[in-house]
Amino acid sequence: MIDFLNNFLSGHADLLITLVKIALLVFIVLTVNAYLTWFERKMVAHIQSRWGPHRVGPHGLLQPAADGLKFLFKEDPTPAGVDKFVYYLAPLLALTLSLTSLAVIPFGPDPIHLFGRDIYLSITPPNLNIGLLVLFAITALSVYAVALAGWSSNSKYPLLGGLRSSAQMISYELSLTLSVVGVLLMANSFNLTDIIKAQAAHPERGILGWNIWPQLIGFFCFFTAAVAETNRVPFDLPEAESELVAGFHTEYASFKFAMFFIAEYTSMITVSCLCTIMFFGGWLSPFPASWHFTYYLPSLILIPFGVWVIWDGIRYETIWGRMVLPGIGTVIALIGLALIALPHSVNDYIQAPFWFLAKVFAFLFFYVWMRGTLPRLRYDQLMSFGWKLLLPVSIVNVIATSFVIIFYPYVQHWMSRGGQ
Amino acid sequence: MTPQLLIFFVLAALAVVGSLSLILQKHPIHSALSLIVVMVALAGLYLLMGAEFVAAVQIIVYGGAIMVLFVFVIMLLNAGIEEHTNFSKLAGYAGVPLGIALTGFIAAAIARSTDAVHAATTGGTIASTRQISTMIFKEFVYPFELTSFLILVAIMGAIVLAQREK
Repeated sequence: MIDFLNNFLSGHADLLITLVKIALLVFIVLTVNAYLTWFERKMVAHIQSRWGPHRVGPHGLLQPAADGLKFLFKEDPTPAGVDKFVYYLAPLLALTLSLTSLAVIPFGPDPIHLFGRDIYLSITPPNLNIGLLVLFAITALSVYAVALAGWSSNSKYPLLGGLRSSAQMISYELSLTLSVVGVLLMANSFNLTDIIKAQAAHPERGILGWNIWPQLIGFFCFFTAAVAETNRVPFDLPEAESELVAGFHTEYASFKFAMFFIAEYTSMITVSCLCTIMFFGGWLSPFPASWHFTYYLPSLILIPFGVWVIWDGIRYETIWGRMVLPGIGTVIALIGLALIALPHSVNDYIQAPFWFLAKVFAFLFFYVWMRGTLPRLRYDQLMSFGWKLLLPVSIVNVIATSFVIIFYPYVQHWMSRGGQ
Repeated sequence: MTPQLLIFFVLAALAVVGSLSLILQKHPIHSALSLIVVMVALAGLYLLMGAEFVAAVQIIVYGGAIMVLFVFVIMLLNAGIEEHTNFSKLAGYAGVPLGIALTGFIAAAIARSTDAVHAATTGGTIASTRQISTMIFKEFVYPFELTSFLILVAIMGAIVLAQREK
């Protein structure tokens, strides 16, 4: 029996490792999603001089769990006259596609050596040559989730929301795809790992070597189009609550609504990862490679944050909070201390995922910040912005980048001759 | 049976079932959804043959852009269930035999050229992005430009038709 198990495990090791990685990634992403809702509500509340959720758990930290339970136990009515098959298909499609898109994202460069194998920090192998195209393919398909949800609900507000959404997504997909062509030309590859490696061509430049500087216009177009694709403020017309109740998901309740919700937050994470990879150097540190003391930066952030959580916790108003918050703070501070105490290789390994996650978090904060501060666009403004500004600018960006890439070597050659 | 062959048969079955459902469904949206299934199944077949770029573009262009327009128009016009006319006599006397004949020809053609079927089920790198772009922009640059010119004419025609009402 044990022999059989051994044979099975060694014969199917790659398959099993991939399955474990998928389970782990889905678990992490769903947890992050849950706390992203907490973070967003808290952040928007503070922007608007409110407290936000603070009843369930200390600082409202258990609010996501309460919301999740509520979604599970709520009644799940199916409205009369809906197209049953499509009505059930739409939320499933939304969730599946948004989770699938995370499969191609590499979170770190170095494999972990475990059971005599190299385990990479991405579900797909690092030599996947069409990583970016897979992401665009999934984006192209995820329009259906919103459009079909709106259509199948047999109700006028969802239908209008669905129509708006498909028109918006078709319009902005062009700019989204064109705006990354500049990055692709510079990296000469569709492979996401290669795109990051191209930005590390001069390790001494650090932050100055990232694509954001030569591709500033490209980044502007990409981020704007990506926000429009994820239906977030200021492009959230498909679910404009003052006009369309809740837009395409008006007729969805309980867990089917939660699926749309999770899908939206997951695509926010995907877009943040993409911005990080293509324009902000992915897992690269912003400091020059020779500055070894920046290796202690994760500890330098984690320890004071942990101490602050302890200090905040002992003054918290409920006993429960006075018990839990210092505990959390101690764990955070201990992780920071452990990174200094453990051998150098651990700290070395943690650098890449740390910078990647830090940049992704910065983008997620930016998303929430926009939600708290920007007003919604009008529909005609949305369309004219997409077609008359974003599309021409991204086309010009592609042409300009190609010209620079072709003629830069000649200019360099000419300058070096002139200098002699 | 190799895993590739198994995946090939699953995708092929999906494409055939999707095509049948495209014709047999009564509601236009259901037909459009079946067509999307066919497109995605074809993309899977391309991927199996090692044409990863073509597979991704198949989903982006056909599965995404074009079919979204189909669905969008069906939703916008709020098209209902199709009316069914009686089976026409012409279709009965000419269409059915011709259809059977065509199926026979295609089956015979496939049965003779076993190489293509073999290539579809074995996998391997056939066309990289670089090879495809070299082919389009070097060998077939004139047909390619001519096609894009044709599409441009079609777009201009659509704009003229839309402007006429003003």
